[in-house]
Amino acid sequence: MKNFGRYILFLISLIQRRESFKTYFSLTINECIKIGYDSLFIVSIVSVFIGAVTTIQTAFNLVSPFIPDYVIAIVVRDMTLLELSPTIIAIVFAGKVGSNIAGEIGTMRITEQIDALEVMGVNSSSYLVLPKIVASILMFPILVILSATLAISGGYMAGVLTEVITGAEYIYGIRYEFNPFNLPFALIKAYVFAFIVSSISSFQGYYTSGGALEVGKSSTNAVTNSCIAILIADYLLAQILL
Amino acid sequence: MIEIKNISKSFDDKQVLFDISGKFVKGKTNLIIGASGTGKSVLLKCLVGLLKPDIGEVLFDGRDFTNGDKNLLTDIRRDIGMLFQGSALFDSKNVEENIKFPLDVLSELPENEKIEKVNHCLKLVGLENINKKMPSEISGGMKKRVGIARAIVNDSKYLFCDEPNSGLDPLTAIKIDDLILELTRKLDTTTIVVTHDMNSVIEIGEYIMFLHNGKKIWEGDNKKILKSKIKELNDFVFSNKLMKKLK
Repeated sequence: MKNFGRYILFLISLIQRRESFKTYFSLTINECIKIGYDSLFIVSIVSVFIGAVTTIQTAFNLVSPFIPDYVIAIVVRDMTLLELSPTIIAIVFAGKVGSNIAGEIGTMRITEQIDALEVMGVNSSSYLVLPKIVASILMFPILVILSATLAISGGYMAGVLTEVITGAEYIYGIRYEFNPFNLPFALIKAYVFAFIVSSISSFQGYYTSGGALEVGKSSTNAVTNSCIAILIADYLLAQILL
Repeated sequence: MIEIKNISKSFDDKQVLFDISGKFVKGKTNLIIGASGTGKSVLLKCLVGLLKPDIGEVLFDGRDFTNGDKNLLTDIRRDIGMLFQGSALFDSKNVEENIKFPLDVLSELPENEKIEKVNHCLKLVGLENINKKMPSEISGGMKKRVGIARAIVNDSKYLFCDEPNSGLDPLTAIKIDDLILELTRKLDTTTIVVTHDMNSVIEIGEYIMFLHNGKKIWEGDNKKILKSKIKELNDFVFSNKLMKKLK
């Protein structure tokens, strides 16, 4: 509970004594590149394989001749949008971006770079963390949309190449009784997860003390705590919104 | 001038500083010395506002830094420059961006004037044409110089140096000491140096405050320090063989 209280105070400190909009703008653009653009490769690889594996495994389990093949595509679509793209990619995001944020801020802490900012009268938490959170909230939903597209495409490729489903059936299944709310639901998850990963990782990094060993521990804690928080938020959002 | 009055500081149940008072004079190099773990760095952090003392006041030319309002604190911070033990240069910025940073956040100067000031400060610390180098590409001594340039770029009235010689070879350490002394004279700053390096004490100690177990037990200058009769101070000053022989 003490740490949670500290986390809340940390979040409040982000909006106190802010710097100029111009300062945040350039920092946020840089962070968008680091957080969004640099994550494209890993997100793309993971997404294509998520879709491909979901297609093959669903096809393997649908043994009844009474179930049409296009159901495979329905399963891939709904699993991708509701769970796999937002949640699995959030966990990948926590591993790649979260550990990077905690490591970067933690190193700045132990090498007195954060103290240097404070001596200059800069609100170090706001200066360092706010652009990372804003950039994550801007970029992660885009990554989720990309991930969903690639996962569904990966499913198509795997299904057609292994001949478990025809292209026409797959597309028919993808469009069959589509619930449009699934899209905003995936995006709401994306916004929440982006905030969770960036804020928890920054918090872990910001309160690092000691040396290189502690920076490593902060990075590990950032990923572990982010993953736990993502799973709890995932359950709560499903319970509240579906 | 910087004046400290009755500074005490504790962490949980452990008291680190006990009722420390003193005056650090303008245009002179003021040293806070003592063995490791005596509270030198904690006192320095109280002076620059990184820690708030439990009791006591820090006055910058009569302005109360410990209890002042936000505007006063901002004004005082604009006048403070600090060289950190590990230089604390921002890894993601090159030398020029590092030195320019205080101007970016504290001044409204146009970009070309900022660059002019950066080049002027680099010249003052004896470094030129390294503007685009990253901190990882320069030596420890150069990092200290860049750190000093960053500390003075905002026309700082108060210059703080935390262990400026740590990790440097003796020759470079003396050069950094000379540079601090020269800049203090040239820019007329109130300079406070935290150190346990006896070379610095002898070279630049115009005012020296000696701390032992969190208490100020002696103050004076580099001439008086060698004649002191206080046991703790003698143990510290004459701890190495060379100093013992000199004695």
